[in-house]
Parts: sequence; structure tokens; C-alpha cells
Amino acid sequence: MILEIENLTRIFHPGTPGQITALRSFSLQVKEGDFITLVGPNGSGKTTLLSCIAGSLSCHRGRILLRGKAMHGLAEHERARWISRVFQNPGLGTAPGLTVAENLVLAALRKKRRGLSRGLNRSRLQHFHGALASLQMGLEDRLHAPVGTLSGGQRQALSLLMATIEKPDILLLDEHTASLDPVSAEQIIALSCEMIEKEKLTVLWVTHSLDQAVRLGNRTLVLVQGEAIQEFREDAKAALTVERLKSFIGRP
Amino acid sequence: MGLVLGALNLGLILSFLGFGVYLSFKVINFPDLTADGSFTLGAAVTALFLVSGYSPVTACVAGMGSGLLAGLATGLLHVRAKIKPLLAGILVMTGLYTVNLRVMGRSNISLLQEKTFYTFGEPVLQLPGGMPHFRIWGMEFLRPELYAFLLNAALVLVVGFLLYGFLKTELGLALRATGDNPVMIRSLGAHLGKMKILALMLSNGMIAFSGSLLAQYQGFSDVQMGFGMIVFGFAIVVVGEALAGKGGTGPAILGLVAGSLLFRLLAALALRCGLHPYDLKLATAAFLLMALLYSKFLASALGKRRKARLDP
Repeated sequence: MILEIENLTRIFHPGTPGQITALRSFSLQVKEGDFITLVGPNGSGKTTLLSCIAGSLSCHRGRILLRGKAMHGLAEHERARWISRVFQNPGLGTAPGLTVAENLVLAALRKKRRGLSRGLNRSRLQHFHGALASLQMGLEDRLHAPVGTLSGGQRQALSLLMATIEKPDILLLDEHTASLDPVSAEQIIALSCEMIEKEKLTVLWVTHSLDQAVRLGNRTLVLVQGEAIQEFREDAKAALTVERLKSFIGRP
Repeated sequence: MGLVLGALNLGLILSFLGFGVYLSFKVINFPDLTADGSFTLGAAVTALFLVSGYSPVTACVAGMGSGLLAGLATGLLHVRAKIKPLLAGILVMTGLYTVNLRVMGRSNISLLQEKTFYTFGEPVLQLPGGMPHFRIWGMEFLRPELYAFLLNAALVLVVGFLLYGFLKTELGLALRATGDNPVMIRSLGAHLGKMKILALMLSNGMIAFSGSLLAQYQGFSDVQMGFGMIVFGFAIVVVGEALAGKGGTGPAILGLVAGSLLFRLLAALALRCGLHPYDLKLATAAFLLMALLYSKFLASALGKRRKARLDP
């Protein structure tokens, strides 16, 4: 098991009338190379789950083990060695005032100490040029452009590259195509799948799109009110249809 | 011409203030008000070291070191005690007033009898004639002024270049990302608190160095000399940005120096034309306001022009 989540519970506003249990004793076992799509209605705890795994939210109960190592006591920046994340909002995953290459340097240093050596050297630039060219978004010619000048789709492609340029143990994708137009979204989905395939990444892919949930990944998990109410894998996953998924989520 | 050279010297010395405020205010996006206190702290510590018989270089380094500590205090208040940036800065600034008085032991120390950074190397640079005045291109200069100018220019050049280089290192990039997108840089494994503390230390170190140089240049250290420096620092950053545009780190740093020089020249001109020294702070504030309005106006004008180009 690469990732084990046991009895994870997260409560918002505890002890007030507005108390919400976003995750209720949630457990999940993830094998190396698993590609899990997570679906569920708004407020079902999908993003909370990713935030708890990444460490930007703390959990009230439960354990998160990555390759047997306890993550739940570590801060977000300490978990960043192993866990990378692409946010829903293209603005969150990239620094707009820095150039494309500078953003990539920071991502490439995810597992290292940031020292006083030059950030951008020739070998890194060459490496980034090649990596950007493989995205086929025309980004390789814009290495020195500030990221703020890119389109949403380009920024999301860059986020994706930043999340995978140092191979993470777990890649968390948080509805990362939700804020894009349909054409860019398709492009980013294709790009994500290509990267996942090539690098044999272990992925948790949160989505609102039932279609994506059905067609992508080797496992699909349905989350409702902070609980995993149904999981599809192997034959069940292969036979899964959008209609069937709809019946679980309870939306017309 | 002496007036111009004096203004240029002040402008160069205060460029370090600009560098410091740029680091906190622009690079990590932290409105740090410690400057008023740390500027004086640098001057006070330097004065103490000079009257105690230390060499001017030691005194400068000590002054700068005291600024690092002031920045550390503000940073810890913000990061560890979770106090808002403005409040953390004000707390340290207020406390430093007492520290500065205690360091100096009185409200001002004259350095006219001491060997300072600007006088101790003078014999090395024996200029022709040995006269207190000399002429270049028919213009008359005071020798110490010119000597100070050369020193200041060299210092600004070296420190400016170091700052530029630092902001391009791996660590420097992480600092810039801390101001630009803290959510991202944390998710990439940087400790935001450490980044902020580091930047605040460097920032206040620079500001204290500026105070240290100013005390030595003008020949005294006064507990009031830092008053209003933060406004002047903001003015330098805003004017620098207006001058440099959004061209990146290099132009931004050049803009800071240019902004500081421009402002001191304008101030010298205004004083020459009869502005009462009492009115200088109000003039500074008015100038900052003008610079802010100008950069807003410029941004919206550029935005309109860009828009007009996109949809003809």
C-alpha cells in the first residue's frame, strides 16, 4: 500500500450550531499505480479529503500513512516532498509575477533545500524547454514570460507539469479542469492522462463530471456527506455508466 | 554644485532604505513599519561603536547586524505570535525608540570628532592639490563630498548587484514566490514563516545600514532621525516602480536607486527655492501621494491602450 487512510474525521466549526462533519471516519487504501476518480455532490468532502492528505487542513481523528510513514503530524510544506497537488483555480498553483521558468525551478526544488546557487542554469532551462515542448501548448517559447500573462489553460498545464516534474508519490488533482472552457478542459484531461500513464503515477482525481469519473482511472469512489458510500473497481468499474453513477449521487 | 552632490549622496545612502523596503513591501508583500526604528537603530549602534573606538567598518557591520535582529523580532512576532504585519512592525518600532535611547545613552551623539566610514580612508585617495576644493569641468567640488560620493556609488553598485543576484538564486526565487503566491510556495515545500523572517531580517539589515551610513555622513546620530523614514521608503519603492515599470527584478532595483536620487534632488531643489525645512515631511507625503496617483493613472492608461489594441 502506498497510501493508507484510516478513520479520517474532519469537522468544521465544531461546537457551534453551524457544525459540519466534512469527513466521517473515512478510510481508503491506495495501491501503487492506482488512479482513483472521486465524485460526489458539492460539500461531500472531496476537497476536504485532498486538503487533509496534502496537509493544508488538519484532521480531528484518524491516520494518514504514506508508505507506512505517518503524515498526519507533518506540516503541509514537509509533506510536499512526497505529495503534490494541482488546484482547481489556475491562480493558486502558479506564481503570476514569476516567469514560467522560475515557477518550474521552484517546483523542481520540491524535494531539495533551496540554496544560494543560481536558480536558472542552462541545464535546467534545457530540461524545462523539453518538458514544456512535450505539453504542446506553445509554452516552450514563453519560458521567460511572466505566468500572469498566460491563459487559464496554459497556467493549468504548467501547474500539472510543476506537480509532476519531480515524480510525486501521490498526485492530487482537485477538479483541476473545472474552471476551464470545454476545449481547454479536454486538452488538460488528455495531458493529465498522458502524464499519469507515462510516469505510472498514483493519482486521486476529484471531479464534478460523472463522465470523467466513469471514463478515467481504474477505481471510482463516490463520496456523499463525508462518507465513501460506494466504490467501483475492476469489473464493476468497467461496467460503470454515468446513469448508474447518478443513481448513487442522488441527483436527477 | 555642492548642493547637487550632497543630494546625490543622500539619495545613494537612502537607496539602501529603498532596497530594504522593497524586500519587505514588494518581494514578500509584507507592509513592515519597523523601518523607522531600525533605521535609527543602525545609526545608534554605529555611533556607539565609533565613540567606543571601533573601526568604521566594524561599526557599519554592527549597525547592520542590529537591523537583522530588529527584523528577526518583527518576524517572530508575526510568525510565532501570529500578530498582523502592521501591528508587529509598530510594536517593534515603538520598542526600538527606547532601545535606541538606551544604546546611545542620550538623544544624540556627535560623530564629527570620530573617524567615520567617509573620513578614515581619505588619506588613501590623495586628490590633486590637497585643497579642500577642486574643479572638474569647471565645477567646484568639496573633496570630502566627492570622496563620499565615490564610496556611496561603489557601495550601491555592489549591494544592488548582490541583491539582484540573490533574488535570482533558488532561495531568492522562493522569497519572491512567498510574496507572489504563498499558497503555491507552501505546497512546493517552503516554510512560509522562515521565508518571511529571512526577508524581514535582510530588509531591516539594509535599512539599518542606511541609517548607519547616514549618521556617519552627516556626522551625528539622533534618536529622531528615523522618523518618517518608512514613508520615504514607500515613496522610493512607488517612484521606483513608476520609473522602472514591470520589467522584472533588474529594472526594479535600478528604479529604486533612481527614485531615491530623484527624490533627494527634488527635495534639495525645493529647499533651495525656499521650502522651509519644517515643511519637508509634508512635501514627502505629498510627493508619495503624487507618485501613487501617477502609477495608478499610468496603469489604467496602459490598460486602456492595451484594450484598445485588442478590440479595434
